[in-house]
Amino acid sequence: MSATAYALPSIVVFVTAALLIVVGALGVLAVRNPVHAALSLILTLFGVAVAFIAQSADFLAAVQVIVYAGAIVVIFLFVIMFLGIGRSRHDHVEPLVGQRPLAALGVAVTVGGLIALLASSHWVTGATSVSGSPLAKGTGNVRQLGTAVFTTYLYAFEATAALLVIAVVGAVVLARRERVTEEAE
Amino acid sequence: MNVPAAWYLVLAAVLFGIGAYGLLTRRSAIIMFMCVELMLNAVNLTFVTFARTLSDIGGQASVFFVMVVAAAEVTVGLGIVVAVFRRRHSTSVDELTEMKG
Repeated sequence: MSATAYALPSIVVFVTAALLIVVGALGVLAVRNPVHAALSLILTLFGVAVAFIAQSADFLAAVQVIVYAGAIVVIFLFVIMFLGIGRSRHDHVEPLVGQRPLAALGVAVTVGGLIALLASSHWVTGATSVSGSPLAKGTGNVRQLGTAVFTTYLYAFEATAALLVIAVVGAVVLARRERVTEEAE
Repeated sequence: MNVPAAWYLVLAAVLFGIGAYGLLTRRSAIIMFMCVELMLNAVNLTFVTFARTLSDIGGQASVFFVMVVAAAEVTVGLGIVVAVFRRRHSTSVDELTEMKG
């Protein structure tokens, strides 16, 4: 199975997405300034969005950019600036001896084992779905995903509504707590 | 023809590994949250790859729900970080030792 069997555009798209993802992820690790780490995170999230589009997950790519790269990273930046954290002062100290080598070893074993496990068998097994193909011609990705979410996964969808309300209320309570106790005292 | 699913799966595994390494080694709670986001995105990429390969929209629906849970998690998690920072004036996880057994 040589690489030349695949269309050049798809290879270019994959390499672009992979570069965006890996560079951004390494940036999150390497950069000392949390603001720069958040910007690197945006790079990775955009790369994942590119990979989504390449695999015909159009709606998820849009949600990825709007919700992840938009809302979630903005929350991160809000918190970083609200707390006024500049350079992190704690990362150069190492209270746990050998933490980094052990972490690297554990991650290498996990990722290597995962890839070896996948490579030694068929990459993808299981029956191909007959109900809904994301690649089906004629029906858009958004229509398909919407149909699935509002029929098959309707209860899960309703549960996410409750989850989001609980999260918002929880965040407000966490942010208000100190002021409430001061008033109580 | 699109590139094989194996490429995307390996990319997702690498992304997951980078996120896991960061989660294990960094001290700042905010950076650790970002690494959790990296790991979640790696899993999302795997879901979408399998959805494409198996022609099953269920994988993409799962990603949708993972995104919702991630948004809720970030909201509450960063709320906790803010609450802790008000008390301790630090976001280093090493200094949160009250629950040491």
